[in-house]
Amino acid sequence: MPIQNYIIVALTLFTIGIVGVLVRRNALIVFMSIELMLNAVNLLLVAFSKVHHGAALAHNNATTVGAEAQIFVFFIMVVAAAEVSIGLAIIVMLYRNTRSIDINFLNRLKN
Amino acid sequence: MKIILAFIVLFPLAGFLVNGLFRNTRSKKSIAYYACSQIFSSFFLSCIAFYLVKNGGSEVVTYFDFIKISNLNISFSFQIDQLSALFLLIITGVGFLIHVYSAAYMHEEEPKHFARYFAYLNLFVFSMLILVLGANYVIMFMGWEGVGLCSYLLVGYWFKNNNYNYAAKKAFIMNRIGDLGFLLAVFWIINKLGTVGYTEVFAKAATLSTFDVTAITMLLFVGAMGKSAQIPLYTWLPDAMAGPTPVSALIHAATMVTAGIYMIARSNVLFSMSAITMNLITIIGLATALLSATIAIKQNDIKKVLAYSTVSQLGYMFLGLGVGAYTGAVFHVMTHAFFKALLFLGAGSVIHAMHHEQDIRNMGGLKKKLPITHLTFLLGCFAISGIPPFSGFFSKDEILAAAFASNPIYWVLGVVGAAMTAFYMFRLYATTFLGNFRGTKVQELHLHESPKAMTYPLIILAILSVVGGLIGIPEILGGNHQLHHFLSSVLTSEKPIHINHNTEFLLMATSVVIAVIAILFAVNKFSKKPELSEAKGLGKIFANKWYVDELYEKIIVIPLLAIATFLKNIVEKSGIDGIVNGVGKYIQYSARQIRLVQNGQVGSYVLFMVLAFIIMILIWVNDGHIYKFLTQLF
Amino acid sequence: MFSFLLILIPILSGLLLFFIKNEKSAKSLSLLASVLTLAISIISLSSKTNLNFSAEWIPSLGAKFSLSLDGLSKMLCLLNSISLPIIFLSIFKNDNKYSPNFFGLMLLMQAGIMGVFLASDALLFYFFWELALIPAYFLCSIWGGEKRIQVTFKFFIYTFVGSLLMLLGIIYLYLQTKGSHSFSIQDFYSLQLSSNKQNTIFCLMFFAFAIKMPIFPFHSWQPDTYEQAPTPVTMILSGVMVKMGVFAVIKWLIPVLPDATNHFSNIVILLSVIGMLYASLIAIKQDDVKRMIAYSSIAHIGLICAAIFSNTINGLQGALIQMFNHGIIVIGLWIVADVIEKQIGTRKFSELGGLAQKAPTLAILLVVLSFANIALPLTSAFVGEFLMFSGLFKYNIWFAAIAAISIILGAVYTLNMVQKIFYGNTVSATENAIDISWNIKLALIFLVIIVLVFGVYPMPLINLINS
Repeated sequence: MPIQNYIIVALTLFTIGIVGVLVRRNALIVFMSIELMLNAVNLLLVAFSKVHHGAALAHNNATTVGAEAQIFVFFIMVVAAAEVSIGLAIIVMLYRNTRSIDINFLNRLKN
Repeated sequence: MKIILAFIVLFPLAGFLVNGLFRNTRSKKSIAYYACSQIFSSFFLSCIAFYLVKNGGSEVVTYFDFIKISNLNISFSFQIDQLSALFLLIITGVGFLIHVYSAAYMHEEEPKHFARYFAYLNLFVFSMLILVLGANYVIMFMGWEGVGLCSYLLVGYWFKNNNYNYAAKKAFIMNRIGDLGFLLAVFWIINKLGTVGYTEVFAKAATLSTFDVTAITMLLFVGAMGKSAQIPLYTWLPDAMAGPTPVSALIHAATMVTAGIYMIARSNVLFSMSAITMNLITIIGLATALLSATIAIKQNDIKKVLAYSTVSQLGYMFLGLGVGAYTGAVFHVMTHAFFKALLFLGAGSVIHAMHHEQDIRNMGGLKKKLPITHLTFLLGCFAISGIPPFSGFFSKDEILAAAFASNPIYWVLGVVGAAMTAFYMFRLYATTFLGNFRGTKVQELHLHESPKAMTYPLIILAILSVVGGLIGIPEILGGNHQLHHFLSSVLTSEKPIHINHNTEFLLMATSVVIAVIAILFAVNKFSKKPELSEAKGLGKIFANKWYVDELYEKIIVIPLLAIATFLKNIVEKSGIDGIVNGVGKYIQYSARQIRLVQNGQVGSYVLFMVLAFIIMILIWVNDGHIYKFLTQLF
Repeated sequence: MFSFLLILIPILSGLLLFFIKNEKSAKSLSLLASVLTLAISIISLSSKTNLNFSAEWIPSLGAKFSLSLDGLSKMLCLLNSISLPIIFLSIFKNDNKYSPNFFGLMLLMQAGIMGVFLASDALLFYFFWELALIPAYFLCSIWGGEKRIQVTFKFFIYTFVGSLLMLLGIIYLYLQTKGSHSFSIQDFYSLQLSSNKQNTIFCLMFFAFAIKMPIFPFHSWQPDTYEQAPTPVTMILSGVMVKMGVFAVIKWLIPVLPDATNHFSNIVILLSVIGMLYASLIAIKQDDVKRMIAYSSIAHIGLICAAIFSNTINGLQGALIQMFNHGIIVIGLWIVADVIEKQIGTRKFSELGGLAQKAPTLAILLVVLSFANIALPLTSAFVGEFLMFSGLFKYNIWFAAIAAISIILGAVYTLNMVQKIFYGNTVSATENAIDISWNIKLALIFLVIIVLVFGVYPMPLINLINS
């Protein structure tokens, strides 16, 4: 499969994520949209890595060049999981304070 | 000579300083004695200076450098020659008599104001002496402005009355218009010749182009117009009669107003080089002489009549200058100083007797009550009307003869003016001194001849008015015109007039006969039936001074003030300040608008981030075109 | 050394005054300090040595703390150091309106202005330029009139915008200097810039100076500020501080950017001449003593600016003399305005009149100053204006002729002022006026003597400038 298809899918996911962040007011959905963007990047990383690795194998059967990124993605997923827990904790705190998870209440930056 | 000239000037200055600074502590008597003695000392020294230059020769004495920069050196120096010596005598001599007269005339004033009056008067003499003694145009200009200042101070001497203050201000400002011309002329001279000293300027005058000479002389003449009250700048002089009468006699008749004539006579070398200017001077002089004579016919204020007559006589002097009769003009300055000072002081004596009444319609029959004033006034009237052998005859005749030589029409108009002069002077005389008294009972009871301090100056001036002409008897009448020979070394560019003796005699006879007819007519008409009603028709125009003041008001003062108001209220407030404040307001406004963007919503911050990101990508991706364009822009 | 002392004494005494609480001793100390400065300034006039001072300041930038005293700065420092004792004297017997801080700020302002006249390093020049402005801001906004905050803000921002543009110009010039860059005036003088660059920098720097002087149409801060500022501050602003702009043009603009000066001189002179007539006309219609003097000052400064740009010896000499004379005369006029405002409680011509009967001494002194204001001969202003007009005349006859109309207009508004305040009958406001007290009399007499002495014998002043 050509690399373009992966890129298009990743871009679509990313855009959905951005739009989600911009238009939705529910903190959970915003949070999920952020995750979506993160995973779009992950997908892209895996796809590029596969292409690079394939090109390297053509010269040398035993090489691992280009495959590191696929391992990196696991790291990213682990870190993302940790981040989710903190993010959800923030949202919970938010809910406790404002009895709502509408992010438009979070305009304290203004003053 | 250096010391003599310095002291001639310093005596009046000392008088000014002492009387001015210690005005609160001194008695009126000591003030008057001090002021008069200063002028007399000055007069005495002037006589010595006159004696020293009597037989020709001139001297320039330099005291110090006034302004000295790399390309211009203006020294504070005096020049004494026949012309300035003659003026010295007139100023200090007539000035002394008027000081003495003032001491009596002003006796009602409080001591401190009395002192102020004499301080100003001394300052005036000081400035006038600087004017005539200066050896370059800048020193002359100092005196020139100085006399304007003193005129301002003295016209507005009774400063509680705002009408007098307006008159003083008008005099000063109209003089300033003239001074502007003078000043520009001086700059022109500096620019072309690099010097302002008379001797250097006249020596280099030949190198000037015709255009330069014309421009310089025109501008100088504008200066003379202001100071010597010629059309179009004459309207201040009649208003200046608001000052005390001796002031009118000294400043506005005998000395200051003749400064313009002095200046042109002094610069005769320059003026003779420009035919255009000379023609202009002739025409303006003649027009002024006639115009103001018509106005004088219908005035009812004794001082106003004399004021317009002064303007008219000054016009004659300019006529003389214009046709090249410099000696004639200077001669007339001298005789005019005598008889006009006499007439003004006589008028002052009348006003004094009448308790500050100036309207001649309320006088009449003063002949018996004021015998000395009456006699001297009559002599003055004869002198100004040009009746031989009174002084005015000789000087006026000389000017008229020169005018005839230049163009017979000038002569005809001049004689018409002379006839009007004789007419209005004797109208004034007849209405004031002949007939019956028309004032109030209180005034009549109070009528008295003035004290000696006032009548003696009148007598002396009357004698001078009678015999003053004898120094300039023309050849045709058997004299040899001593004044002409005396001044010949200063008035170098004067050309002799060529008219045949018979013609000259005929002209003389004609003008005298016409003047005599005018006198007889006036005396006849006004001694019995004075003109008491308001004038009608043409007379009304004369009485209202041809509405010139109103015209100036309409075309100059009102528009100027309107422009000023417009600038102050519209241009300054809304225009210039509006722009400045507008910039500030606009910045504040846009800041307020932009501030709204920072609304604290995370979403909007993200939106901006995304938008900025997209724009950045666009810039980079688009084959670098936008990037290149932007780098070119900055 | 003299130059350093001239700055040091006002700064030290100014700072010291902030710690003094007693009003009386503050007045005496400030008067003493200003007289001391005056004494040093007078001694420095005749001194040939010890005039310059130089020390390292910011070596990494090549900026030095270098001061120099040439003829022009001597004269202006003299003006600056004469003005303060006179001003302190004129408010010596005042009510307790001014606290010790006021005097401290005045002295700091004097130090700043002094520094501007003395600096021969561009960055130092800029430093003092701003140093002079800041005390002025506080003085006006604390002790000023009703609208002081608004007006002072405008004044500050307006001049500050100008200063920033000037700083931009200075930095640009600095970057053009050869080798390791320097701010020294000598290096600036030896720059050889293309005429395009010169024009750009000229616009930047002239803007700053035009606002300071001020030249039409950048003058609109001035009447408001002069009206609202406390009068002693106005005296310094109009008597001395506006000379900073003129001085900067002479020392920092024309010699550095000669081509641009030639290129722009027509426009600058045109603006100045328009400004003269414009300000004179507006002055005629003013009803407020202070605003009238302010507009009259704009007209006079316009003439000075035009004369400087006329590029003639006469014009420049006249302008230099006139800087001094204008300062002296205008301070005198402000003192009179202050006395009238304090005594009568109004500055409106329409509410005044007949004061000459009540205060003859004041009337005489004001009349002398007024005639000096319209440059009557034998007052010092005549010499300056005469030379300036003759320079302008050499440059262009029409400019001179049109500008000279302001002589007539000047007579109109000045005599109007004299008449409306002093002549006529007394009105209700002036009924109970009394003559001036000894300290004001002394201050005014001192000024009048300066005016008359230099009017009769101006050579000392001319020689001083050319030394």
